[in-house]
Amino acid sequence: MIRRTIGWLPSALAFGVLSWALLDLPANPPGLADAALRSLERSGVANPVTAVLLNYRGYDTLLEVAVLLLAIVAVWSLQPISTSSVAEPAAPILSSLLRSLLPLLLLTSGYLLWIGAFAPGGAFQGGALLGGAIVLMLLGGLFRRRLWQRLALLQASLWVGLAVFIGVGMGVMFGGGRFLEYPNGHAGNLILLIETAALLSISVTLGALFFGGRPSLDGEPPPEANP
Amino acid sequence: MIVQVFDTVLAVLLVWLAWRAVSDADPLRSVVKFIVLGMMLALSWLRLGAPDVALAEAAVGSGLTGALLLVALRRLQAARSSAGGSPRKEQP
Repeated sequence: MIRRTIGWLPSALAFGVLSWALLDLPANPPGLADAALRSLERSGVANPVTAVLLNYRGYDTLLEVAVLLLAIVAVWSLQPISTSSVAEPAAPILSSLLRSLLPLLLLTSGYLLWIGAFAPGGAFQGGALLGGAIVLMLLGGLFRRRLWQRLALLQASLWVGLAVFIGVGMGVMFGGGRFLEYPNGHAGNLILLIETAALLSISVTLGALFFGGRPSLDGEPPPEANP
Repeated sequence: MIVQVFDTVLAVLLVWLAWRAVSDADPLRSVVKFIVLGMMLALSWLRLGAPDVALAEAAVGSGLTGALLLVALRRLQAARSSAGGSPRKEQP
């Protein structure tokens, strides 16, 4: 009973502080929406959310991609997980479902990436969808042993998003701009390039997080764990 | 009128799901409620006119976090049931 009361206190306190913060907001905040919409034409994309994420506040998104890389580095440092456990063939229903579902997921994630320049979508949404496809492939046992042996390829797809982001950010400095200050007229293409690399890294990172550890290739089978 | 009813039901459902997700005694039911909470949250973002956030919430907040929680749960149970054996290598 006492433990419950102690649990309630911080909750009530957090609720009070948050309510106060909400009520304390100015009625008509000035906001930055007008400024963001005014520069939309020069941002290279037609969707204001993508313009904020990849152009005006590109630095924040760069750090988000870095956080994802840090997360997978942390998970990989915990324990190795044998890849032999995922090579087993899946149940027939799952594998036939995957055969028709995976191309659709791939197509939709590419569509989300492309449409992000004009409408809601983008690298994170498309990457999450593709990451979900990788999770399904892991569950369906579609990763064969040969694929896991290319660990360098897996590692490269984990960091390529951050590398391209930093590379583009530094590259535009040679043109006389500042870090991540895209030159006029090239912003759209540079954003698409960054987003494509980020999509790959985000999806592989999310799939690798689901796998849950650094893939180890040593032969011994893991102890049988029934779900 | 029907829109107000929908929004009210959604708001009440959100609070109830959030409460049940942390208070349910069975971890599996907690995780399922967390996933449903994510979907309802995505729906509320849509109602608030933020489809970008709704997409991210549905895909990352609900889908992938839910999958991560489920696999973590399964590994915890596997580690608990084979307490004597080495917990080093487990099925993903």
